[in-house]
Amino acid sequence: MTNGYIFRYTITLVIIVAIILSATATLLYPLQKKNEDNEKMVNIMKAAGITVTNNEDVYSLFDKYCTKMLIINNDGTIIDECSDAVKTKCKAFNINLKNELSKMADNKDYSLPVYVLQYDNRIINVIPLQGTGLWGPIWGYMALSEDFDTVIGTVFDHKSETPGLGAEITTEKFSNQFKDKRLFKNGVFKSIAVVKGGISALDTEEQKYAVDAISGGTITSNGVNDMIKNTLELYLPYIEKQNDKQ
Amino acid sequence: MTNNKNIQILLRPISEANPVTVLILGICSALAVTAKLKPAFVMAVSVTVVTALSNLIISLLRKGIPPKIRIIVQLVIVASLVILVDQVLKAFVYDVSKQLSVFVGLIITNCIVMGRLEAFAMANGPWESFLDGIGNGLGYGLILIIVAFFRELLGSGTLWGYQIIPQKLYDIGYMNNGLMILPPMALIIVGIIIWVKKTSVK
Repeated sequence: MTNGYIFRYTITLVIIVAIILSATATLLYPLQKKNEDNEKMVNIMKAAGITVTNNEDVYSLFDKYCTKMLIINNDGTIIDECSDAVKTKCKAFNINLKNELSKMADNKDYSLPVYVLQYDNRIINVIPLQGTGLWGPIWGYMALSEDFDTVIGTVFDHKSETPGLGAEITTEKFSNQFKDKRLFKNGVFKSIAVVKGGISALDTEEQKYAVDAISGGTITSNGVNDMIKNTLELYLPYIEKQNDKQ
Repeated sequence: MTNNKNIQILLRPISEANPVTVLILGICSALAVTAKLKPAFVMAVSVTVVTALSNLIISLLRKGIPPKIRIIVQLVIVASLVILVDQVLKAFVYDVSKQLSVFVGLIITNCIVMGRLEAFAMANGPWESFLDGIGNGLGYGLILIIVAFFRELLGSGTLWGYQIIPQKLYDIGYMNNGLMILPPMALIIVGIIIWVKKTSVK
């Protein structure tokens, strides 16, 4: 076989494969986006303690509970407030926290979303989290009380943590530990530590600010620890401004 | 279509020419995904689909593929199939696709797929190659399920996520074996399977 044949063969093969793949990706994108939006809404609501059963319409449920969405900037000022009827159209809903964090790393201006829900006669602030586990990114949502001090609930997810080990962060057994934990101690931000070896060794006061790590999933557990601390620190200017007002 | 020879092609890889225990292929993913039964099962199904389809396509193309670049051609076909499977799963069965996430990528690196393309599909007809792919996928899946069964039962006390070991046993002091959910134990179980197989099937 001549080199010419090899070149022609490769070029044809690559073009055919490229056409098939890009056509599939373009055709399936709307369906995939809908699935992702769906999941995001379910996770935000789950963090806030709202359970969604299979046969309920996620969109209408989300629009009902989510009262508004905010975008805040570096120094905690609200730059966009959206209370449209259809929340998935809001700019805040489509902010990619990962991109914003890399903007921050480059010392550029960044914006952060806050999802405000009203459920069970409480105002709940849900904020997204983004961090790194052992094999890839981990992320989640944390629902906080109106004054951002007490955790109402959390949801964690990951791209490629080890099943049975790091991947256990998605289980309710792990995320339920965060309920009623506190973030501020005497007005100073303390975050919630993920402690290896268990929190039972700590004294009762410290236990309010700590949860058990996952055995065999140390690096993922540390990732969760850093993720909560680092993401919440970005929200501190906004939280302080809110609490000064009250 | 289903003469004796073809049945042999389908069934041999499940036991006597098993890709994991005899050819020692696909060990890496057998260690990585067998901590729980469910991902092991999903991985087994996806590897079977990808092996069968890539075997079929390569077998159809085998006469035109320039020998000098055959590995790259095989790689392009396997990678495209894996991406297609991933895209379709993401659009239609999002839950399953999330279960799979990392494993889908792992299929490309699975030595069984490339091994069968090189050893079988390049030299045999499409139908035989398709059967060979199914057989090897099932043979691989069987080992995965056996390993995952023991690892999940002894490591987490569950099977397919359901509690199997009764709470009463835990109350009187039984404990899950933490070593079972770590990769070294998978290697040991695969070793035991190979040992049992070598001494019993002769």
